[in-house]
Amino acid sequence: MLLAVPALLGYAYYLGMYAAPAEASMGDVQRIFYYHVPSAWTAFLCFFANFAASVAYLANRGKRADALAVAAAEVGVVFCSVVLVTGPLWARPVWGIWWTWDARLTSTLILWLIYVSYLLLRKVSTGGQTPVLAAALAVFGFLDVPIVYLSIRFFRTQHPQPVIAGGEGSGLDPMMAKALLVNWLAFLVFAGLVLALRYRLERLRQRVEESRALRAEELPVGSCGLEAQPAVSGRSA
Amino acid sequence: MIKFLYLAYAVTWLIHLAYLAVLGQGFKRVKEELRELEEKNR
Repeated sequence: MLLAVPALLGYAYYLGMYAAPAEASMGDVQRIFYYHVPSAWTAFLCFFANFAASVAYLANRGKRADALAVAAAEVGVVFCSVVLVTGPLWARPVWGIWWTWDARLTSTLILWLIYVSYLLLRKVSTGGQTPVLAAALAVFGFLDVPIVYLSIRFFRTQHPQPVIAGGEGSGLDPMMAKALLVNWLAFLVFAGLVLALRYRLERLRQRVEESRALRAEELPVGSCGLEAQPAVSGRSA
Repeated sequence: MIKFLYLAYAVTWLIHLAYLAVLGQGFKRVKEELRELEEKNR
């Protein structure tokens, strides 16, 4: 698995950089598309996973759902950051500007800010209700994902109109479509691996917190928890 | 023009590698904390 992921990413890189034909008007700089678009789709899927896990957490307060929610949000933010960096790097040579406040770009930036806020809330807040508040934020935050996706269909934007399922006149050269889909598959597998790692880390953190809480309960009253005390089993009043 | 393409690919992997490094640090810290807690509980 650990060798298959770099091999798949390498093959995807080859397809995007060399095998796919250069776009007629933009030239080679259009190849940024093979990283930009799959990163956006992967971020959407991560945010969906965060949404589903948050709903599950609100329903049953399961620690696994909470761990999956935070892991998916973090990986989603990483992929969304790639989208927000590669987009302007494509826009500068093609549009002549780095950024414009059109519906697609603005809603994507808002999406990134929503999930950064979610992660900050989880990191900074220490109250016992933090996971519940974060899950509620995640449920409402996910509403921005369809807005981002549909923004280029509902509004006239500087951002290109959809090339896949975009109606008459849209479409991709078959080799370009293959490069796009293989890159997406490669990023999905990579994201799955990173998500699994982040989930495992969060479960370990939960174990640390549980051990600390258990230890604090076992400390005798008056010790203030400043000094380590041996655990007392079968304690009586 | 081509420099923007290379820059985009480079920045993409820089972001991913930086995140993997952060995860690695996180694992190191949490495993250390777990070991300390287990030692104290003995």
